[in-house]
Amino acid sequence: MTYPVTKSAAAAPKGDVRATHVGRPHASWALPGVLFFTFFAVVPMALAVYLSLTDWNGLGDPGFVGLENWKNLFTDPQLMHSLLVTVLLTVVSWAFQTVISLLLGVWAAGKQRNRAVLSAIFFVPFLLSSTAIALLFFALLDPNYGVVTGDTLGTTSGAFLAIVFVGAWQFIPFHTLIYQGGARQIPEVLYQAAAIDGATGLRQFFSITLPQLRHTMAMSGVLMVVGSLTYFETVLILTQGGPGTDTKILPYLMYEAGFRSYDYGYASAVATFLVIAATGLSLLLVRVTGFGKMNSVREGM
Amino acid sequence: MEHLSRRWFLGVSGATLLTAGLTACGSGDDSGEDGKGGPLTAFVWGDDAARIQEEAIQRFNTSPAAKKTGGTIKLQRIPGSDYPAKLRTAMGSPSAPDLFFNWGGGSIKAYVDENQLIDLHDIIESTPELKNGFLPSIIQSGALDGRPYGIPMRGMQPVLLFFNKKVFAQNGLQAPTSWDQLLETNKKLKASGIQPFALGGADKWTELMWVEYLVDRIGGPEVFRKIQNGDAAAWGDPAVLRAAEEIKKLVDGGAFGKGFSSVQYNNGGASALLAQGKAGMHLMGSWEYSTQLGKFKKFAEKDLGWVAFPAYNGGQGDIKNVVGNPTNYWSLSARTKNREAAIAFLKTCASEEYAKALVANGDIPTTADAGALLDASPNPEFAKFQYELVQDAPAFTLSWDQAVKPEWQTPMLTEIDKLFLGQSSPKEFVTALKGLK
Repeated sequence: MTYPVTKSAAAAPKGDVRATHVGRPHASWALPGVLFFTFFAVVPMALAVYLSLTDWNGLGDPGFVGLENWKNLFTDPQLMHSLLVTVLLTVVSWAFQTVISLLLGVWAAGKQRNRAVLSAIFFVPFLLSSTAIALLFFALLDPNYGVVTGDTLGTTSGAFLAIVFVGAWQFIPFHTLIYQGGARQIPEVLYQAAAIDGATGLRQFFSITLPQLRHTMAMSGVLMVVGSLTYFETVLILTQGGPGTDTKILPYLMYEAGFRSYDYGYASAVATFLVIAATGLSLLLVRVTGFGKMNSVREGM
Repeated sequence: MEHLSRRWFLGVSGATLLTAGLTACGSGDDSGEDGKGGPLTAFVWGDDAARIQEEAIQRFNTSPAAKKTGGTIKLQRIPGSDYPAKLRTAMGSPSAPDLFFNWGGGSIKAYVDENQLIDLHDIIESTPELKNGFLPSIIQSGALDGRPYGIPMRGMQPVLLFFNKKVFAQNGLQAPTSWDQLLETNKKLKASGIQPFALGGADKWTELMWVEYLVDRIGGPEVFRKIQNGDAAAWGDPAVLRAAEEIKKLVDGGAFGKGFSSVQYNNGGASALLAQGKAGMHLMGSWEYSTQLGKFKKFAEKDLGWVAFPAYNGGQGDIKNVVGNPTNYWSLSARTKNREAAIAFLKTCASEEYAKALVANGDIPTTADAGALLDASPNPEFAKFQYELVQDAPAFTLSWDQAVKPEWQTPMLTEIDKLFLGQSSPKEFVTALKGLK
């Protein structure tokens, strides 16, 4: 133990010239990141806001129409419907994915012998592209030649649940990983102390694991919510917003307005609305869960 | 401060690189656009038949005409369902194609409105190969306000009622020629546990075909002609309501099977039902023949039957009327670098060599002398049936989704889908369509 101490003591005199800079690189280090974000996120977003004030069919020059697209947006019955479906999809996906990934993640954080192998297998769906997964499930759900030969995608609830399931199938591995990491961070001493007090495994889960995972839950929750709000390929391939318009979520509404009807002004209004909704919602979530304050979970230990 | 300035230097040069890279992205391939040096680009719908265009372009590129006009053509195949969106994006960008595949009518209206296409009227009039090369009605079918913007480049694609001969023979049925017979056939097939009609309802345009033909047979081609001209009130024609009611009856009676809304045409699902005898009939474009030939060769050669859509008892429409795609067209961008080369290539579309290549692929060319070539078709019987059907048709209605203005296309297909799903009644269907803007 003495060696490192001597070394840092020896290094100290050399470092004191720029002692104030230690660990704090100059702001210019952020420049590549900032520029990247500016060109590929801020500028396109600003353009979308501008386009939402114009009438443009993709050809020629956009014509300024003021707030007309926004007026249409808020009087369009389809918007309310799409918003409702989107919120429902988000809530149901969140509940379904959280329960399963929490349990799987806590299990995977343990020391079982088969754990590593099974965790690796569970992780595979996340490595596939969403498009490939959606095409696969579309084939599996084919009413005549599929494995599930019912009219799954032809009914409102069937189509909705299929979308929830396919999304969960893909993203549960990712959230499992987050929960696994979170569960590994919980200090062993807490469980040891609880065991001495005679707490059962179930009691330990509810009184230690769950409270200690609340920040993990907040993070995974924000990712799920924002992910569900921008969910798209699965709907495009599985249902195309159908049956009828029953699964036409906001991103699909945007796609349809832009790339099927070529009403880029209206599509941009939907896109801007989505950005505002997603930003607002994730801020709200962060505020409600207290995640933003970055309080230590070990407070009072 | 010297270490800081180095950081600044790194940061700033990184930023410069990034900006330079982005600028390069935006400007595209400006270089070489001035001269006539670079090859012309042609966009084509990327299905199996695109190889005919591929070969035609290869022939053209090595021909004396290409040398004389100093231009060659490069073909880009765009995968099926993305084609219209990709074309729109390309046409709005600096790297628009010089020539592109389209369906004429509403599918090119936006480009014509923006003066992005060359009006081919004078060119056709002054070029005997083009003027006399095609059936005149075909060039007109793709025209807008009487002005042609496209040269026919593929076969004619009437929508036909296909049926499984084996299933019909086993059940002692005849191909229906009237709506009553069709309903009778429907009843008998259901009684023997066979789904009467295959329908790939996940692709909404397959449902559209039923509406198109029923409206034509009930009210005649004028009903849709009014709608096509942008008059939303024309949806209120009693023929539209009647057609919707007939469809509702068929759907409610289970004529299309239970899960039709998640059966696709594009992945072969609906065609497989017909080929395997699970369904008796299939209303589809004439390309169904090539689809079956590709997937169920034996069935296509032996048991695939076809008839014109039946007449509607008491209806205004002639049984000889045809609905479908008269053909596909090449349109010419107004921004093309080498108009002469493009026109020289378009002339080859009227050539006998090109028509023969289409015939060999099972297509029916729309050239004036195609009738004589059809004996060489892989299925002369089917080829002649189509050619005569189109030649004798008093009216050839372009598929509605290509004919109406683009703003109507998606909502119209959605409303038709809702009708088929039973989510809206025939009356609600008509009301919704009348409300299209």
